[in-house]
Amino acid sequence: MTALLSIERVSKRFRGLVAVDSVSFAVPQGAIFAVIGPNGAGKTTLFNMIAGAIPPDSGTISFAGEEITGLTPDAVCRRGIARTFQLVRPFPALSVEDNVIVGALLHRHDVGAARSQAQELLRRFDLFDRRYQQASSLTLPDRKRLEVVRALATEPKLLLLDEVVAGLRPTEVDRLVAVLRELNRDSGLTILLIEHVMRAVMALASRVLVLDHGVAIAEGEPREVVRDPAVVQSYLGQSEVNVWAV
Amino acid sequence: MIARLADGAARRSLWLLAAVFAALVIAPWAVNDYLLTVMIVALYLAYTGQAWNIMMGFAGQLSLGNALYAGLGAYVAATLFTRYGVAPWLGLLAAIPVAVACAAIIGFLAFRFGVAGVYFAILTIAFAEFARVGFDHFDFVHASAGLFLPVAQYTHDDLWRLRGNPTMFYYVMLAATAFAFLLSRALLRGRIGYFWLAIREDEQAARAAGIDTFRCKMLALMISAAVTSFAGVFYAFFYNNLFPEQVFNISQSIEMILGPIIGGIGTLFGPVLGAFVLTGMAESVTSIMSALGFDLPGAKQVFYGICLLLVVVALPEGIWPPLARRFGIDKAKQ
Repeated sequence: MTALLSIERVSKRFRGLVAVDSVSFAVPQGAIFAVIGPNGAGKTTLFNMIAGAIPPDSGTISFAGEEITGLTPDAVCRRGIARTFQLVRPFPALSVEDNVIVGALLHRHDVGAARSQAQELLRRFDLFDRRYQQASSLTLPDRKRLEVVRALATEPKLLLLDEVVAGLRPTEVDRLVAVLRELNRDSGLTILLIEHVMRAVMALASRVLVLDHGVAIAEGEPREVVRDPAVVQSYLGQSEVNVWAV
Repeated sequence: MIARLADGAARRSLWLLAAVFAALVIAPWAVNDYLLTVMIVALYLAYTGQAWNIMMGFAGQLSLGNALYAGLGAYVAATLFTRYGVAPWLGLLAAIPVAVACAAIIGFLAFRFGVAGVYFAILTIAFAEFARVGFDHFDFVHASAGLFLPVAQYTHDDLWRLRGNPTMFYYVMLAATAFAFLLSRALLRGRIGYFWLAIREDEQAARAAGIDTFRCKMLALMISAAVTSFAGVFYAFFYNNLFPEQVFNISQSIEMILGPIIGGIGTLFGPVLGAFVLTGMAESVTSIMSALGFDLPGAKQVFYGICLLLVVVALPEGIWPPLARRFGIDKAKQ
């Protein structure tokens, strides 16, 4: 497996605060890679740098063999990286279907073709029956799924998911996890996710990176990483309790 | 959406459209000269309102200076006509690039440097004001003394040189309004329309979906300017006089946007409906007042203000969306 995305010594500081401090890692082609860490660890900052929303102060980000450091968000998306937002932001006044058509039109010029592509994706994510509803009228779980669908409609090689299962009920988490696994397995979609919900991380991720105060403190298989004393300490101060027993 | 509505709503909206258009086509036979002039004004506002709606209603960019593009169109075509005898339709070929170039400069300054929302609106006002003051001192077009087109009694209509009777001007503006409607509809339903709506709804999310927002916003602005510039050409040849104080005045920009606001921003029918409702009611108020012996200058502006207030409070979406729902052609707005 070759690296689809590689991050090398990327740093970002906001005034005095070092949000991300010389972080390096590589996401192999076809992997499901999770970035975890306590609140304020710099996960979302790291994400925003990959997606082009904020430029890093130093370091390089390469995708599919090309450097993408400092590209604008739309240029990053056109290269094949699609993202969701932690606080969901579908286009509120547009219908569910039109939201997805916007994404599908990135690589299609014909609205009809984009519509059939959108409907296919909506079926897969159980949103087809709600396709004429206004996006703003959806429940939070549905809006989260809609964001994933809109991102997928741009036909990414890499999908960035920012806390996509946070706020969902356990059964909804399992359903979304199942669909994402299926996508990863069937179409070889590489996924990079930030997640607080360990249930989702353990079920999805093949590899995990732990951030704490902007520093990468551990990387490895999910089961190894959660036993790492440094990781446990970063979450709880210190403990001998198995925090992941939830 | 189209598939589901093809039999019901789409057909209903098509019928409605055909009926309205037919009524407008036969209207000159049924009305007197005064009413015909009122209808020309209504069509003018419907046309310019639709041009503004492409920017604000579709792409979400608030321009309060569209008078600039109309004024430039008017001055370019009128100057070419009076000085060199160039017919207005050829003048239009020069007027459009001038207006579009000006829009491109404004758009580049605003969108490249992240000027958005209210600040963008202020920038558009500023450019219209520059033009007003500049043309006031521009001797080549007779500065503040005004530019006049030769007026004569016409025995026949000369469509090529836009010299003729009000009925001819009425049909020219009707054709232009129909063209603007079809253009808006095609843009809204096309790829660019989806991108504009996405930008209007959430620019950051639109960029994350791969949309080149700079390019899309520039396009909206330039199309809006091109469409508006023809309104200026029409204005010059219909009124036969141009004063910078009038054509570039902010009140012109405001009048252009009242129709869409009252009819329904971002809808296809709204700007046309709003322009007719507003013009019709304003003229009725003026006639009633003069019949009662009142002569208050500025009464029309006060009336516009009251209409705007009522719509904002009672029907924030404008009057078309609720009507559309009643007719069962809700989705016609998309």
